[in-house]
Amino acid sequence: MFKILRDLLRYNTEFLIGFVLTGAIFLFAAAHFFAPYPDNAIYMLPPDMPPSAEYWLGTTSRGQDVLWQMSAAIWNTMTFGLTVTVISRFLALAMGMTSGYLGGRTDQALMTINDTLIALPNIPILLLVYFVMRDQMSWPILALTAALLGWNYDARLIRSVALSLRTREFTRHAVFAGMSVPQILIRQHLPYVMPVIFFTAMNNLIWAIGLEVTLSVLGFSDINRPTVGGMIYWANQHQAIIAGIWWWIAFPIIAIVLLFLGLFLLAISVNEYIDPRSRLSRMGG
Amino acid sequence: MSTLLELANVTKTFSVGGLFDRSKVEAVKGAGFTLDDARPEIFTIVGESGSGKTTIARMILGNESPTSGTIRFMGEDVAGLRSRRQRLAFMARVQPIFQNPFEAFNPLTTLDYYLYATARRFLQVDKAEADEAMDRALGHVGLSLAEVKGRYSHELSGGQLQRIAVARALIPGPKLIVADEPVSMVDASLRMSIVNLFRTLRDELGVSIIYITHDLATAYYISDRVIIMHRGDIVEAGDAKAVLDHPNHAYSLALKNAVLPPDPVAARKALEMRRSVSSAA
Amino acid sequence: MLHLAESQPRTDTETVLSVENLKAYYQMNYFGVSREVRAVDDVTLAIRRNEIYGIAGESSSGKSTLIKTIAGAIQPPLRVVSGSVTFNFAGKPLDVYGAPEAMKDARWRHLSYIMQGSMNVLNPVRRVKHAFHDFAFAHMGLANTAFWGRVREHLKRLGLDPRVLDSYPHQLSGGMRQRLTIALATVCEPEFIIADEPTTALDVLVQQDVLALIKDVQQRMGSSIIFVTHDMTVHAAIADRIGIVYAGRLVEEGPTEDVFAKPQHPYTVHLISSLPRLGDVTRRKALPGKPPNLSDPPAACRFHPRCPLAVDRCRTENPPLVPRASGRVACWRAGEAEVS
Repeated sequence: MFKILRDLLRYNTEFLIGFVLTGAIFLFAAAHFFAPYPDNAIYMLPPDMPPSAEYWLGTTSRGQDVLWQMSAAIWNTMTFGLTVTVISRFLALAMGMTSGYLGGRTDQALMTINDTLIALPNIPILLLVYFVMRDQMSWPILALTAALLGWNYDARLIRSVALSLRTREFTRHAVFAGMSVPQILIRQHLPYVMPVIFFTAMNNLIWAIGLEVTLSVLGFSDINRPTVGGMIYWANQHQAIIAGIWWWIAFPIIAIVLLFLGLFLLAISVNEYIDPRSRLSRMGG
Repeated sequence: MSTLLELANVTKTFSVGGLFDRSKVEAVKGAGFTLDDARPEIFTIVGESGSGKTTIARMILGNESPTSGTIRFMGEDVAGLRSRRQRLAFMARVQPIFQNPFEAFNPLTTLDYYLYATARRFLQVDKAEADEAMDRALGHVGLSLAEVKGRYSHELSGGQLQRIAVARALIPGPKLIVADEPVSMVDASLRMSIVNLFRTLRDELGVSIIYITHDLATAYYISDRVIIMHRGDIVEAGDAKAVLDHPNHAYSLALKNAVLPPDPVAARKALEMRRSVSSAA
Repeated sequence: MLHLAESQPRTDTETVLSVENLKAYYQMNYFGVSREVRAVDDVTLAIRRNEIYGIAGESSSGKSTLIKTIAGAIQPPLRVVSGSVTFNFAGKPLDVYGAPEAMKDARWRHLSYIMQGSMNVLNPVRRVKHAFHDFAFAHMGLANTAFWGRVREHLKRLGLDPRVLDSYPHQLSGGMRQRLTIALATVCEPEFIIADEPTTALDVLVQQDVLALIKDVQQRMGSSIIFVTHDMTVHAAIADRIGIVYAGRLVEEGPTEDVFAKPQHPYTVHLISSLPRLGDVTRRKALPGKPPNLSDPPAACRFHPRCPLAVDRCRTENPPLVPRASGRVACWRAGEAEVS
């Protein structure tokens, strides 16, 4: 593991940039644990202060330090995004690989569920869940709902890879070697599916963060918990743009763009590294 | 006399084409032959592409079911083995060798894993015993576990891989090995090591082998009995030497004449004849 | 004896292709793992006008790389490290790696290819005639009607019905497609044809027809062919001379009859004696060991780990390719092994 990291850092500039960017943002976000003020305390500081030596990124109209708000917001948004991505990757993997490998009726049944979910519009469903849950609505429930909506396109993609792997001779060979279905899927097929997982994980993370931002900007989430979307929601509530409090909106947006960029660079370089073709070239195949 | 394998009037029909122009293709038409349990032999199916030889192999292995007719292995209908337990019991006695050894092993999986999985599943043994069984099986093909352990398919030659595939197939102690074009993707210099190996398996381990090929020269070299297939029909069957020395059917004769002899003078003469035939036509 | 007067190849002495000390390596670098594969290592050969030169060798022996390099069709990571490839078209020398523009003009007009998979040349969704138009029209310099007249005539000469021009590749059999690719490669009457395993994927019966066709066309046009296949019986039938490639090097070369009758290199001896033949069931021996890994080949003579005759000198000193008998051979113990 350490060796892989070292090789990637040494030989791949994209990975290096991505690693530094994401790492820096992660450290910045983690710093909120040591923040001088509680995350959701308001009117602790003089409001509407522009960036200065005392308040590096200024303060909000609600009397919060933008720097520390952002730190907590990025942490929470990333947690949300990663939770959605991890859950939905597992769903996509399980559904796509089983469907593609088993084929026949199972395939038809799973893909019918899949296509139905694709047809459902995401935002209205999430709003529905929000209105039903109302006071019990917390970010894990929102993440779970988003994950349940976010796996279906990728399951189809994984299924198509699994379908082609099923017809490969080594799969037949594995069957005659007495390997069970999980053994074949995990040992034989997973290495070929991993690049798809990594690449779609990136898209999914962007989608999940985007979804969180959208819902929060509209106020359909726990607005007292600082998130990137939540910051923009409050900024809008206080008409920050009109009031000229540009730092309240600009810095969260810059942060999220840098985060996307870092994650994207990481995804493409790791993808190149784990791609079976590149792996085989390194092994000498 | 007990029968090992019995094909009775086996027919396989595929429907091909799109939504509107579906047509039926008879890949195998009423094939029938029997292998004897007491007398292990190398039974060769010769045919060109589209002759139905691979379809027969897939049906014997239970990967396809016949449209009509039955395939019985030791009295059991192969198409009726549905449950995993039945399939495993069947696979312990019938094992395949695939055409392309580089395709038969996952390039990202170590080779010994295939052997290990086979030993664990079919012999129900612990790790140490599995290693022993693997080493013994590899010994039959002239290799050892130390040479194979931790290796990937690209590190070995096609001939070695094919021998490892044979070793893996031997682990459960099968009665029958179905080898579909096992040497067509292997370099000429390494082919003989596989072909000779089949002889050893028959003579020393008593394993029957169904050898499927388009190559008459190796068929002649190792087979006991041979059937020649042409577009789904068995056009000729019998003792290998008798059939290939004196083919009766026009197709078998044409096939025999198409074999280029490994000798420039004779080979050129054969080609010269072909040219005069085709220019006359 | 094998020396029959009537089967003696009729070859002219003029050299059409000369390859000198050619070295072509694959140089790769993946995340810090650098590898250099010496696929063509110091090959020198000359091909004369009006001859079929067979190149035999195992897979990954570098034979495909050799012809790729000869054709000038190389792409990174493959690089020509040193040496030269020179054609002699219409009396003018053409250095493949010295004059890329002239090489472009010569393609298909003077130098064409017959490949293994006919589908690489025939586009599955376009009628066959488009392939003829795409490949040959620009090189022939003929008007439209004259061009198609020539194509039809050419197809007829090869025993193909000109109506195949209007069909799609999938409507034709594999043998027919391969014959079409031969027609396509020969329609400009090139002086040099590179044939890469053109019969390998074909059925036995079709294979002979295709070989007969290649031989026919070659004799009619008097062109030279470099014919690559691992199948020694195909070489026996069609090649005038054979070059045996082992691990990126040419180890033996000579007239086909002589190579088959009295092979000099132990590897060639093995190749020939391991061939099974109808009517013969005497046990054939297999060569021990495995083909060498070209990124880490054995030192000195690359065949020594598998060679039954290897002596100390073979492990320390690389044998040069020197004239011997009617050809050339690179072996310290040339001529000592016997065909069994």
